[in-house]
Amino acid sequence: MSTPAVSMTGLHKRYGRTHALCGLDLTVGAGTICGLLGPNGAGKTTAVRVLATLAAPTSGHARVAGYDVVRRPDEVRRRIGFSGQHAALDEGITGRQNLQLLGRLRHLGARGARQRADELLERFELADAADRLVRTYSGGMRRRLDLIASLITRPEVLFLDEPTTGLDPRSRNEIWATVRQLADEGTTVLLTTQYLDEADHLADDIVVVDQGIVIASGPPEELKEAIGMRVEATVAEPADVVHLETTAKILRELTGCVPTIEADEQRVSVNTGGGQTVSLPRLVRELDAAGVDAVDVALRRPSLDEVFLTLTGENERTAA
Amino acid sequence: MSATIAVGRKPVSDTWTLTLRVLLFYRNSPALVGMSLGAPLILLVMFGYVFGSAIKIPGGEDYRSYLMPGLFVLIAVNGIMASMVGAARDLERGMADRLRTLPISRTATLLGQAVADVMANAVIIVLMAGVGYAVGWRVHDGAARAVAALGLLLLLRFAIVWAGFSLGMACRREEIAAQAGLLVLPISTVSNVYVPTAGMPGWLRTVADWNPVSCAASAARSLFGDTLGAAATSPWPLVHPVEATLAWSAALVSLFMPLAVRAFSTHGR
Repeated sequence: MSTPAVSMTGLHKRYGRTHALCGLDLTVGAGTICGLLGPNGAGKTTAVRVLATLAAPTSGHARVAGYDVVRRPDEVRRRIGFSGQHAALDEGITGRQNLQLLGRLRHLGARGARQRADELLERFELADAADRLVRTYSGGMRRRLDLIASLITRPEVLFLDEPTTGLDPRSRNEIWATVRQLADEGTTVLLTTQYLDEADHLADDIVVVDQGIVIASGPPEELKEAIGMRVEATVAEPADVVHLETTAKILRELTGCVPTIEADEQRVSVNTGGGQTVSLPRLVRELDAAGVDAVDVALRRPSLDEVFLTLTGENERTAA
Repeated sequence: MSATIAVGRKPVSDTWTLTLRVLLFYRNSPALVGMSLGAPLILLVMFGYVFGSAIKIPGGEDYRSYLMPGLFVLIAVNGIMASMVGAARDLERGMADRLRTLPISRTATLLGQAVADVMANAVIIVLMAGVGYAVGWRVHDGAARAVAALGLLLLLRFAIVWAGFSLGMACRREEIAAQAGLLVLPISTVSNVYVPTAGMPGWLRTVADWNPVSCAASAARSLFGDTLGAAATSPWPLVHPVEATLAWSAALVSLFMPLAVRAFSTHGR
């Protein structure tokens, strides 16, 4: 395997008495998108700040693009783009001026910076608004310009801290498309998010962080698989209690797990353990044989929300 | 897409780029420069015409001629509010984080903004001098000493910028910085800007005489060739106002510049 674009081992970060990171391990393969997922205060932002050379680790090591973030911060800075939680732009100047200044600070020269700004504005469809003061931009435009501002010199590694928080669905989709495009071109992306569907849509790998440590990691599908499946059967109205109970009994025999009966919804559901497969045809046959009139039978993967709540719930129980 | 990784630091061009950043901001919002002129203009009317009609300056000098150099100093000193608010805003809105993830020197980052503030201040002082001419204030000792006076005022402004950055970053938040900035008002008032210190009670007079605002105002009066009204028995800063202002500026820079750079570099570390 080639050198990972980002690696973090045993990283601790303390702010006064607060332990923001408690031995975080993280590896992001070059050219992949990694979603750092966790509730508020989990340590996501701190992890990104350490990697972007903004925060110094209390102990542990972190490397970005092959360079130690503590010992060679300038080498790291040359190779990264960073877009924090706030859209960090100068409000009192135009979008184009913002990009030109950053280009000059990236030492592209005055002309190079102008060209690069034009190129980026064109490519990410902000050319029409380029000469308006950023103050007049919508939230989505700001966020997009902020993202573009971290692409002045095409970064090897791009850090995005909650890139779509507070955006409407359309702006969010635009950001997502941009991130995917960058990854396709070879940029490694590490993004933090509280939105599970965001991680699910974008990330090749998801790292679930809670209370400063990694509690689960892997590709989205794998994470969901580890949680198992959910089977739901809805019985035709008017549902006989006997029918519901029969359904529950069949589901229990099929999965070995205890189902829940929601009488109001005429529904019986069960969560299976990880790695278990359930045969849907068999379920339908057995229900039919038992004389249960099922209107809807569904087998589905749990949503990442369920995965997330299960994982963070377990973590809290272990910690307690 | 073409983009190369530039190698090595370029502190001078980085400083200039960051100067441009602030200058562009002023160019896009000329109203801001106008507003910086607003306060001294109001003071000129209030003191120069309302209270000034009843104020007699020892030596019989015209009050408005006495007041003008003091107002130049106030322009320089009041700029601390803009520096504080700007520094706090950059921290609060993540601009500082963005700049800190660039491979540029932290000192260059702040120095660029300081230079821009000084340049904007020069424009405001020159505009104010135009107003001064209209109300009868004159340069008496020739262009060279007048330019020296401007240079001294800008040096003080440069020193004040660093104090502003440092205090603004300590405030962390824009609104707090804006409130805290108002605390400069008493500092500029306990001085010889509006009235000579001779009539003040002893302890207050000592404070006022040593106040850098008084030193700079006296220095400006001396360089513009207005009568000083300082007897040989006057305290040292009034007899040697230029030296006192230079000393104050040097002291402020050597204290606040490292503090500001440190606060900027270590914010959130």
